Parts: sequence; structure tokens; C-alpha cells
Amino acid sequence: MLRMTGIGKSFLGVRVLGGVDLEVSAGEVHAVVGENGAGKSTLMKILAGVHAPDEGTIEIDGRSVTFGHPVEAQRAGVAIIYQELTLLPERTVAENVFLGREPVRRGMVDRAAMESATGELLKSLGEESFGPRDLVRRLSVARQQVVEIAKALSLNARIVVMDEPTAPLADHEVELLYTLVRRLTARGIAVLYVSHRLREIFDLADRITVLKDGARVTTAEASSLDTAALVRLMVGRELDSYYPPRAAGPPGEVILSVRGGGNTRLHGIDLDLRAGEIVGVAGLQGSGRTELAKALFGAEPFTTGEMTPRRPRSVREGIAAGIGLVTEDRKAEGILPNQRVRDNALLVARATGAPRNGIERLLERVRLSPPRPAQEIRLLSGGNQQKVVLAKWMSVAPRVLLFDEPTRGVDVGAKAAIHDLMRELARDGMAVLMISSELPELIGMSDRIVVLREGRVAGELPAGSSEEAVMRLAAAS
Amino acid sequence: MTQQLKLRPVPAGGSLIRRLSADRPARPVYVALALLVVLGWLVFALDGGAFLSQENIVGIQQRSAALGIVAVGQTLVILAGSLDLSVAYLISLTSLVTAEIMAGSDTGVPVAVAAALAVSALTGLVNGLIVTRLRVHAFIATLGVALVIRGALDARYDGPAGSVPESFQHLGYDRIGPLPVSALLWAAVAAGAWLLLSRTRLGYRIYAVGGDTEVARLSGVRTERVVVAAHVLCSVCAGIAGLLLASRLGAGAPTVGTDGGYDLESIAAVVLGGTALAGGRGGVAGTVGGVLLLAVLDSIFNQLEVNSFAKDVVRGVILVAALAIYARRRRTR
Repeated sequence: MLRMTGIGKSFLGVRVLGGVDLEVSAGEVHAVVGENGAGKSTLMKILAGVHAPDEGTIEIDGRSVTFGHPVEAQRAGVAIIYQELTLLPERTVAENVFLGREPVRRGMVDRAAMESATGELLKSLGEESFGPRDLVRRLSVARQQVVEIAKALSLNARIVVMDEPTAPLADHEVELLYTLVRRLTARGIAVLYVSHRLREIFDLADRITVLKDGARVTTAEASSLDTAALVRLMVGRELDSYYPPRAAGPPGEVILSVRGGGNTRLHGIDLDLRAGEIVGVAGLQGSGRTELAKALFGAEPFTTGEMTPRRPRSVREGIAAGIGLVTEDRKAEGILPNQRVRDNALLVARATGAPRNGIERLLERVRLSPPRPAQEIRLLSGGNQQKVVLAKWMSVAPRVLLFDEPTRGVDVGAKAAIHDLMRELARDGMAVLMISSELPELIGMSDRIVVLREGRVAGELPAGSSEEAVMRLAAAS
Repeated sequence: MTQQLKLRPVPAGGSLIRRLSADRPARPVYVALALLVVLGWLVFALDGGAFLSQENIVGIQQRSAALGIVAVGQTLVILAGSLDLSVAYLISLTSLVTAEIMAGSDTGVPVAVAAALAVSALTGLVNGLIVTRLRVHAFIATLGVALVIRGALDARYDGPAGSVPESFQHLGYDRIGPLPVSALLWAAVAAGAWLLLSRTRLGYRIYAVGGDTEVARLSGVRTERVVVAAHVLCSVCAGIAGLLLASRLGAGAPTVGTDGGYDLESIAAVVLGGTALAGGRGGVAGTVGGVLLLAVLDSIFNQLEVNSFAKDVVRGVILVAALAIYARRRRTR
């Protein structure tokens, strides 16, 4: 029914997909799996007409198609359900389902027809807990997904792409999604199911396509694989880059310690961070990695549990306790893009009234090159921006520094420099915590790895553990 | 979670009452309006007047009509996620266009009305195109257009000009039974806008674009056209208000729009009515309530002979308090 052949795509000269083939038959659940950055989302967005492929062809029912716009893909029968739902919260279910295609009678929107058609669709999906006139805002995420699926059906979609559909769902809601997926396939609709969660994949998928580093590893019958085999296919890569040597001696005293830390997203977190140690945090999307860093820092504080130093209730308390956070989303949370390097680097020092070390020394310390304090930071490369973010924290000499995806969007050279700096900071007696979804980086840098799953600590692994071991703990099938 | 989400069953067939009550954001403004009417009644009673007298009610309606019409237009652009600061100068401009073309003669009326509406539609088109094509934020785009109109007016006029024939003054002063014609005009504009928003594709798309432009685009809505259309309709509403004011004044005046403060006051009425300034939520019903609220307030002030500085202070406090209440309601639901 769907055949994608030789799909390739580059962004800004970086090849993210190359020569990927994918075939999907009617009524099939076809899982697409791979690590973060393997190219799953890009492939799906090409299918949905969001990105145009640089090379390769897409055929639906033997006819070659090209999509210049998502609406064209919709017309060809491809619907995509994103993690971030594309619904209008202030409008009703029916208004969302028929958005852009409202039925009209005598020049007026035919509400009755729209609502009864939506009602039929919901009924056919076995959904009776809400109706076409309810405001989308009042529905749970799981039910909003049902609305998205109803919208897809009203477009006569024959291929439905679900991108990490269970990520925002609670456990009991996952079952409902399974039922929904089965209802779709029973109608002959093909479901492309993108997920990290191996258990779901084995529960649902007929066939599995594994992507790695932008290329297809294999497509196999789900029944011919088990978890171990699948994980091997997904990772199984050599450590190809250099990481600075680990600390020689045993780590120092415990600087930060949490017992039973919890809030709405985290539960019963026990964690010790020691001087001189880099602790890696692994976990799937939505496992609570970023939330953990924000809780330790005081941005989204723990509401329960014990912590030494005292549990920060706000960012100011976190900083006062000697904790710093290098955020994941540098543009939105790390830098003030239109301000100068100097102002960015001194942001925290100025905010807290800490004595300011000389800006030049600070920039030298993070090896910013060229060190131009008067330049606007938006003009710097990602790597240099990240160095300035580091300088921002070093200006107040924190005792604990939390890194959330410190090398995302950073070029190779700056990446090594940041890795060296992290190790240097640890060696000087700082406690370092690093979140990364790049497993080689996490394994290469960490003295031990804490794995999170669904807001809890799933386990801890020693330095130099294999990617498979980490994935197994993180996905826990 | 699941228990709470057991929602009421959907009754068959849509009743008008259900539709109106579904327009939830408007509810607080009517509660406030009712309270204010009671307050007004008390104030007038203590002061020896009759608040609910025909004279006073007609006065409120008449004062509200021009602002009401502009605010209905403003509702459309704000719902679409835009804004129009040029309405006040546009009102002055259309009042002058009307009065100059009529020049006191009955035969000029149709041409003048058509010209005033055409000028306003054109202004709306320019506003809309600047916002969508040049991607200038609506605040600046419409402020710029407002300044252009002001410059043109100041260059040509330093006082009232033109005159409208007596026949045209019926629009501003006549009554049909107890109802002023101007209030009926306002009601018609509001009803038209309500119908547009709740019953036409354009209306649905105005909500969609204002709610989330990207979602609308991904659903195949041509978002730019929707914004332009909303701007044209808003400016036409301002044009109608200009006609009405020309009819009242008997002439056109370069300051009639700004003296009335129609730009900021119309925005105030819209947000008082519960329409989100960011777009996508709200409606005409709330705006009508907002306009009436401001008018009732005015009439109470007049009865008490409050000075105009104190008036502004009270109005400012009410506006801020109203928005704080809306923000709170949204957080808690």
C-alpha cells in the first residue's frame, strides 16, 4: 500500500537520512524504532509532507506521489498524529474534526451534519465518554488523541502515523490506545507506530523497521525478534569518539543527596551526587530526566522527600545552595540571544549579587574563541553559546552543576571542549550531573549512570556499561 | 480523571439558548452588568431620578451604538489573533468622506455611503496585507496606518467640514417605537457578526487562526486570507460608525473618532467581554455586554456628576480587575 524507496534528507549539510526503504501493507501495524537521532521523526515528517525528501520516491497504491504541503499528504490519505497534538483547545470536538472542511448548507456551516458525522466517528471508535460538542480543552490527553484519530478518519486516512503516542499517557490509558489501534487496522488502515517503548512494540506491531544513524538496519516480522535482539539491532555501535579520562581516585564527599524526592512527575527519587564525580542520567523521552534536573535546581521543585542541602523551593534558593543548571533548550532557557556575551556570562552573578570575576578570565576559562565579550551571543555558534552558558554558572562557582543535553546542537570540536570542561570541573571538586539521550556520550562521560523510567529511578549502572544494558533498563520490557 | 470527564450527554438538536450558554467567556460580563444595573437603579433612586426610565435607557443605547459597532469589528480581528488601532482615525476619515460627498444634498447620500464603506474596506485591506504579507505586528501595522490617516486629515482639515442632509440625520436621531435607529443598526451589525462567527466557514476559521495559526494551516486553512478578511470587516464596522457619527454631527469632523477614544475603548470593551487578547476565544455576545457595561457605568457617573478624571480611574480599575478575574477563571478550570 505504501512504499518509500531510497529516502534521503539532509539538514544544513548534515545527512540525517540516507537510502531508507519502508513498505507498509494495509491493515498492518508497522513499528519504526531506533535511538534518538536515528531519523524516525524525519522519515515520518517526510511521509506527512512536512519535509520534502532530497532523494527517493514515495508510492501509495503503486502511484508515485510528492507532497509539497501537509495538506497534500492528507488528501492522499496520510494522517500523522504528533506528540504535540494539533487541536484547538477552545473549540469543540466537532469543530476540530472538521476544521478547514466544514460542511456547508445554504452558505451556512451545517452544524447538525458536522456534529452527527463526528458522533458517528466517535461511536465507531468505541468512544462514548464525550461527544462532538465538548470543548477539547476539557478532555484528557488520551481523549484528545481519539479526537485526532477521528479527524484522521474523517479525512479518509488510510495510513495513520503515530509518533510516540503513549509518551503523554498514563498507564491505564495505554490500553485504550491499543484498542484504538486495533480498531483502525481492522478497517484496513495501516498504522505506522513510532515508539521507544519496546513492550508496546511487541504488543502491537506486525512488522518492525529498525533505523540507526539515518539508515535502515532491517525490517523484520515482530514474531521473529525478541527484546534482546531488537536492542542489539538498535544500538550495537562502536564508541567512535574520544572522551576525557575518568577520575583516577574514588569520588569525594556527598555534596547533594535526595531521599524519596517526588512531585507530580517524579516519585521516590534517591540520589547522591559526590564531589569529583560525573553522574549520567539516562531515560526515554518523558521518563522525567529534565524534570529531575529542574527539581534539584528548584525550577520545578520537589514537593516531598528529604534533600541536603535544603530542598530548594525556587531557582533563587537553588542557586543560593550552590546548584547550577545548564538547560536543554539553550535558545529558550539558556541565553538571551540579543544581548552581548558579557551580559549573558554575568547574568547569574548580577542576579544574585555575587562578586564578579573578571569577564576575560571567565571566558578564557571556558575557552571561548575568539573571546569577544561585546558580541551579541546569537551570532555565536551553538558550541560557543554553550561555553558562555557554562561561564555564566562558573561566575558564581556552584558546587553542583546539572547539565541537560549539554552538547545538543553543538559541533564536534566544541563538544570535545565541553566534555573536557565538565571533567575539569569535576576534578576541581564539583559534583556534576549530566543528562543525555546520546548513549555513547553518556557512557563515555559518566562515572556511573542512573536510569530513569516513568519518573522513578529504574536502576544504576557502573561506568563503561553497554548501551544495551542502559536501553534494557530504560525501556524495561 | 476518568470520573470527572464523564461529560453531559449531547442532546439532539441545537437550541439557541444552549449555543449562547456555550459561549461561556461572556457570562461574567453579564453578571457584572446586572449588578451594575442594580447599582445604577439604587443610585438613581437615591438621587431622585429613574434609572430604568425610557429616556435614560434610550440614552444609554444611543451612546453605545457607535462604540458598539466598532467593538464588534474589533472582536473579529482580535479573535483572529490581530488587533486594530486605526479605527479611531478611520472613523474621522469616513465621517468626513460622508459629509463632504453629501454636501447637504439628498442625492449624494447613496454615493457617500458607498464611498465611506469603500474607503474603510480599503483601509482594512491595507491593514490586513501589512500584517500578513509584510509580517509587521498588528500593533505597529495599524498604528502606522492610523498615523498616515491622521497626517492626511491634519493636512486638509482643521475643523468640521461638509454637511449631511436632514434625511440622513434620521439615522442618528430617530426612534422606531422606543428603540433608536442607531441601536437597531448596532444590533444588526452584532447579529451579523454573531452569525458570521457561529455559522460560517469564515467565522470558524477566524477562531482557528486566532487559536493556533499553525494548527489552522496544517488543516488546510489559508490563514492569511482569514486575517485579511477579519481586518476588512473590522474597518467596515468602523466605517459604519463613521456614517453614524456624521449623521449625528450633521457634518464630518477630523477629531470625532479620537475624541471618542474608539480605538482603545473598543479593545477595552472586547476584553471586558471575555475575548482573549491573544485570539481564538470569546465572541460578540461578550463584547456587546462589555459595551453596555461601559455605557451603564457612564450613565451612573453622569447622574452622580463625577468628574472625568475620577471616571477614568474607576474605568481603569474595572478593566484590570476584569482581566484578573478572567485569568483566574482560566487557571482554576
